[in-house]
Amino acid sequence: MSSLFSDYHIWTALWATVRLTIYSAIGSLVLGTIVATLRLSPIGILRFVGTSYVNIFRNTPLTLIILSCSFVLYIQLGITLANSSDPKFADVNGFRLAVVGMTVYHATYVCEALRSGFNTIPLGQAEAARSIGLTFGQTMREVILPQAFRGAVVPLGNTLIALTKNTTVAVTIGVYELSAVLKTVTERDPGLLNLSFLVVGVIFVILTLPMGVAIGRLGNRVAVKR
Amino acid sequence: MTDQAPTAGATNAEAGEPLVCMTGVDKHFGDLHVLQDINLDVAKGEVVVVLGPSGSGKSTLCRTINRLETFESGTITIDGEPLPEEGAALAKLRADVGMVFQSFNLFAHKTILQNVTLGPIKVRGLGKSEAEARAMQLLERVGVAQQAQKYPAQLSGGQQQRVAIARSLAMQPKVMLFDEPTSALDPEMINEVLDVMSGLAKDGMTMIVVTHEMGFARRAADRVVFMADGQILEQKTPDDFFTNPESARAKDFLSKILTH
Repeated sequence: MSSLFSDYHIWTALWATVRLTIYSAIGSLVLGTIVATLRLSPIGILRFVGTSYVNIFRNTPLTLIILSCSFVLYIQLGITLANSSDPKFADVNGFRLAVVGMTVYHATYVCEALRSGFNTIPLGQAEAARSIGLTFGQTMREVILPQAFRGAVVPLGNTLIALTKNTTVAVTIGVYELSAVLKTVTERDPGLLNLSFLVVGVIFVILTLPMGVAIGRLGNRVAVKR
Repeated sequence: MTDQAPTAGATNAEAGEPLVCMTGVDKHFGDLHVLQDINLDVAKGEVVVVLGPSGSGKSTLCRTINRLETFESGTITIDGEPLPEEGAALAKLRADVGMVFQSFNLFAHKTILQNVTLGPIKVRGLGKSEAEARAMQLLERVGVAQQAQKYPAQLSGGQQQRVAIARSLAMQPKVMLFDEPTSALDPEMINEVLDVMSGLAKDGMTMIVVTHEMGFARRAADRVVFMADGQILEQKTPDDFFTNPESARAKDFLSKILTH
């Protein structure tokens, strides 16, 4: 057990998983909100852009998106997200590319969760907002989105839990997160295989179980009474 | 009612001059010709009550005036300005047209006070404290000042509708539209809302009211507009309309509702 922690840097890997989760969650919340606003816009071309975004990225396997971030963005197009003179350039760049890939993919789920929250709002709320002279942007910010978020806490929480576990795909472009531990153990020390899978599995349960409980409580607390 | 902010906003039109002008307005819902060549002028300070059977197009008429419903042809002007199609210009015009809905439509996630201050702060650019002071005056006036910190779901229907009226008044509108404001209320709450509306009418607010409350039409209206099948069939003073309806549809309508 101790060699698992000392030789395979589980704490470092866990920290990478947690950071990957937090940054990607924030990124996909912001991007997903923008895409949802596009999909609800009165302007047809913007709706088309939003719908196309969701259809393209939701239907592409996450592994493919993450690999594309590395192979297309970085290797083909030469886009770097870190200072190339940094000695840790490969690690930092890979991590940030993984955040981009995770964000692009999970934003589609955030968008759809928000749209389900949007559908809980009676049409009259937007009509009342427009009738006092709020513009489309103000109506979204002041009236629609706050209620949509409150109605979407549970599906947004599901997305967060899925996102946490989906960070395990980042190993494919060399990010040292928890599943990278499993990959390394598999290659170097088959004797530790069962234990390492158990430990990593338990860590994920410890990460996600409280999320589920918190989400349920939060959902009840902020629910809009009608 | 002393030291109060004026309820109605300033207009270009003088009292008695046309404020809302609908000319040749047509609208279809699919095959249904829901508004047929509607011509209606409402003067500043006038209270017009729109009556008619269900499905006659009276709510639609009300909603086209601030373009919550689009229309296909004809023109609508408010205080001399044609209704813009969309965008910031339309939002600006809507700020001058108060609207009260059948289902209240208070912002469910905001307190009563926040409901009334949102428009003045975001649209009129008022400071928070000034907006709140004026909102409290208006809430006082409609009799729900004690509820200012509560959320809409904690209030009765009658209280919610009075807040909705205060929310519209906070914008100092040139004209107020009421789309069946008492139809979703329990009978004992109808009067508290009608009383507020009668008070507004007395203060000289220009009002277009779609309602089934015949008592209100008799008492408060300067003019009754009778609609059926998407057309305006009669426009008269309330006394004249209720005692001397001309069209067969109006006679039929009145015979059904006044026999009880």
